[in-house]
Amino acid sequence: MSHVLSLLVEDKPGLLTRVAGLFARRGFNIESLAVGKTEIPGLSRITVVVDVEELPLEQVTKQLNKLINVLKIVELEPEQSVQREHMLIKVRVDNTTRSQILEAATLFRARVVDVVTDALVIEVTGDSAKVRALLKVLGPYGIKEIAQSGLLAMGRGSKSISERINKN
Amino acid sequence: MADTVFDAPETDAPELSLEEQRKAQQLADAPILTGSGAILRSLELLGVTDVFGLPGGAIMPFYDELMSADKIRHILVRHEQGAGHAAEGYASSSGRLGVAIATSGPGATNLVTAIADAHMDSVPMLAITGQVFSTSMGTDAFQEVDISGVTMPITKHSFLVTKPEEIPGVIAAAVHLATTGRPGPVLVDVTKDAQQKSAPFIWPPEIDLPGYHPVTKANAKQVHLAAEMIAQAQKPVLYVGGGTIRAGAHKELAAFAHAVGAPVVTTLMARGVFPDSDDLNLGMPGMHGTVPAVLALQESDLLIVLGARFDDRVTGKPSEFAPNAQVIHVDIDPAEIGKIRHAELPIVGDLKEVLADFLPAFMQAASAHTPDFSAWWERLNFLREQYPLGFDEPEDGLLSPQWVIQKIGEMSGPEAVYAAGVGQHQMWAAQFIRYERPNSWLNSGGAGTMGYAIPAAMGAKVAEPDRLVWAIDGDGCFQMTNQELATCTINNIPIKVAIINNSSLGMVRQWQSLFYAGRHSFTDLNTGHDSVMVPDFVKLADAYGALGIRVRTKEEVEPAIKLAMETNDRPVVLDFIVSKDSMVWPMVPQGVGNSQVQYAQDLAPEWGDE
Repeated sequence: MSHVLSLLVEDKPGLLTRVAGLFARRGFNIESLAVGKTEIPGLSRITVVVDVEELPLEQVTKQLNKLINVLKIVELEPEQSVQREHMLIKVRVDNTTRSQILEAATLFRARVVDVVTDALVIEVTGDSAKVRALLKVLGPYGIKEIAQSGLLAMGRGSKSISERINKN
Repeated sequence: MADTVFDAPETDAPELSLEEQRKAQQLADAPILTGSGAILRSLELLGVTDVFGLPGGAIMPFYDELMSADKIRHILVRHEQGAGHAAEGYASSSGRLGVAIATSGPGATNLVTAIADAHMDSVPMLAITGQVFSTSMGTDAFQEVDISGVTMPITKHSFLVTKPEEIPGVIAAAVHLATTGRPGPVLVDVTKDAQQKSAPFIWPPEIDLPGYHPVTKANAKQVHLAAEMIAQAQKPVLYVGGGTIRAGAHKELAAFAHAVGAPVVTTLMARGVFPDSDDLNLGMPGMHGTVPAVLALQESDLLIVLGARFDDRVTGKPSEFAPNAQVIHVDIDPAEIGKIRHAELPIVGDLKEVLADFLPAFMQAASAHTPDFSAWWERLNFLREQYPLGFDEPEDGLLSPQWVIQKIGEMSGPEAVYAAGVGQHQMWAAQFIRYERPNSWLNSGGAGTMGYAIPAAMGAKVAEPDRLVWAIDGDGCFQMTNQELATCTINNIPIKVAIINNSSLGMVRQWQSLFYAGRHSFTDLNTGHDSVMVPDFVKLADAYGALGIRVRTKEEVEPAIKLAMETNDRPVVLDFIVSKDSMVWPMVPQGVGNSQVQYAQDLAPEWGDE
């Protein structure tokens, strides 16, 4: 089962290696990874999706907590969080398919960000199901290339992850 | 880490806050030191008095400082692995931080085995390595290895330092990490330019570890629940691990164990934390544990796990381990709790504090319901009578290795320190020497590093110069690290080495005899009886300036040990030519449940009613 973990970490050299290495070493598979800065200088946030059962997940979390540069780990449940993926899709077009593809993009509230005579680049943001659904619709026209971000996630409500740091 | 030191405070206000004024003044008052001077000064201020190492290009600036150090004794080893294990032996025998120093590249990688070893056995250790110039890093420069990267999975933390002003903060943080919480090795890699350049030396530095808060005080509610569970139990066992030694909790353990009156088993890493002479002590559990210790765990209804981690060598097949027991698991590392075995009651904390809290809580719980363990003790005492530790005399008429080791223990006593290598001799030393105090038994438990004994004994003798220090070694292990005998002779570190010479990689040979149809594939070392004896250990000892004595018969054993104990002007190497057919018993074969323990070959204990 997939779990979304949000890690607040110190922005130190080798941090990503430590986190990724821990997953690999203990035999856990990372499905998706997104890293970026936070509202606090010097702190970064890692959103990682990992496919494990409940018990090994507890072990992953405990092991991650032992990394000196990791300040906080929160598991984000789908119901209590906003989860988004971002994807760029380069799809083949010609004069007969262009309007159908544009219509599909509109239906998915996706945006066309590059246009040439035989291809479009479409940008889509949404939860995993929406992104996969659009891919499925565009598939028959011929997908030439995709680039996808890791999942981004944030807890709902007013509380931030950084406010939870010292409440171990 | 402390890269804020030189950043001017970015503020529009002309007036500095009190804190900023203090910092500015501190900076102005601070002496200017080179980075290497800062390493030395930091170590001195942190109370380090002995370090083990070997210089090379990238650590030369620091060695130049070290030459004029008057508060720190540096011991020049012959191989960096020796420095690493010496630091471990130093730490494990004294409870103080062990320090090892090496240069970049191969110097640093030679430390890796010892670092991994310290990681597995939670040994407080600081490894300082030189690194190539920061401007050359990433170019495959001469002797460049990314050692902070290499050691990431085998250290508690690793630092790379490229600026001199970072050094005091990093060294202080590294020592703090190594010695607090669950102890472990920390590596600090310092580039050559960071050692050469200068910066103000600010002490005490700010230790910036926002993600590190080990919990030492246990939750009071959990403590009371534990006390209730213990008072209600019929067949409790204290399963005591090496964490109890690291926590310095032997006194608290003794008080608690006697208040409860429950049996105690001490794992390989915990030998000595609870006296072997104590009636509550059933001995060592696990693959080569005593039958009473193995079966006590197996038949227990409550395991009180103290700083132990359900190692596979203790549990056998985990799904069949202690099938009827509930588990109270106390550890300072939350990740150990529930890793292998679910704990009905998890308790995170420092054992010294937790056990001190357990005692009054238990007394209170017991006053409401006095536990009665007499039926349990009846069963355990039956097992003790029926299955005491023992050994058969070898049929080939050669010396019995167990007897030799037992004799060393009897003659040297509990105040001595015993460091073992890895293999049969290690198990026999764990079984047949009586340990009465913590830190008297040093070995490579988790990693199983052959070659640990000689350098670890050397480190122990440096830390505890007044103690008699034995390296109980095998002929295989001895050949991996015996170069440190030169270090011992030159630096007047008179350790005693007992080579239990069975002319083979004995433990592998034992498994080949038992599980590989007696096919002894590449385990013959030709060092002992009826062989060419290459190398000749007595001549080798002589070449190293040590006293070498060959011992072949029972009559020679006591006088040889006595002479070794009386010889303190040089190291001593006793080459005990023993039988290669002696095996370690009892044994639980790998991959089966502990109920399958065999007392001796083809001899399983009789089961009780259950």
